[in-house]
Amino acid sequence: MSVLDNLHFNEEGFLINPTQWTKEIAVELAKGEGIAELTADHWKIIEFCRANAETTGAAPTLRQITKGTGLSTKDLFALYPKGPAKKVAKISGLGKPEGCV
Amino acid sequence: MSEENRKIAFICSKGNLDMAYPALIMGWAALGNGVDVTLFFTFWGLDMITKKRVNKLEIAPVANTSFKFSLMGLPTGNLGIPNIMGIIPGMTAFASWFMKMKMKKLEVPPVSEYLEMLHDAGAKIYGCKMTVDMFGLKDKDFLPVVDDVVTASDFIDMTEGAQIIFI
Repeated sequence: MSVLDNLHFNEEGFLINPTQWTKEIAVELAKGEGIAELTADHWKIIEFCRANAETTGAAPTLRQITKGTGLSTKDLFALYPKGPAKKVAKISGLGKPEGCV
Repeated sequence: MSEENRKIAFICSKGNLDMAYPALIMGWAALGNGVDVTLFFTFWGLDMITKKRVNKLEIAPVANTSFKFSLMGLPTGNLGIPNIMGIIPGMTAFASWFMKMKMKKLEVPPVSEYLEMLHDAGAKIYGCKMTVDMFGLKDKDFLPVVDDVVTASDFIDMTEGAQIIFI
């Protein structure tokens, strides 16, 4: 049994219904993205994305994440290596970011 | 590593403000999606990585057939801004200011800041040796994000397997 059972994902791996998201789900999704353990900084980013999506309806862009959390671009790419844009949105249970910057 | 990572390389040869952005935007998107990025600056593109020039990039309205009055929000359809207006002193500065203002509204960072973001995200940034020599530029003239000045041959070697985009 996994917390991911009974959840639906689109063909790119994004959770279809963001309201089903829980922290336990994030932990499992992170493992699937190669992140064994979510640290306080990982959570800071996830929580910012969740809050941002609640007000704007979309996952934030990378620049919005660095501006909003105070973390640097280097931090962001170190925490979520090899493609943070999609990884962060996926783990946060949101769709693909819609902005370009 | 089971398979080789996707790679994209951009050759930036233009120093106009509007031509500075395509590689920055695409490169940033590529990095965000986990693609390796290399940027190679040659000819007028060197302005983008030169300290004295990077914050003074401009866009000229003269001979630009896309310059229409409608860009200013006027309901004038395809009516072009006459070239003779473009040659008035200050028009290039005005057009550049106008474009920068539009970009700022979209929260697009200035070129120098964009390059820092790309570099911090792991992009490799190089100047082209031949044109650097031609313009008489020295290492101290470049932004700190520039990794090295390399020859065309070096660039070809280091972008093996990459998709190359010339701008």
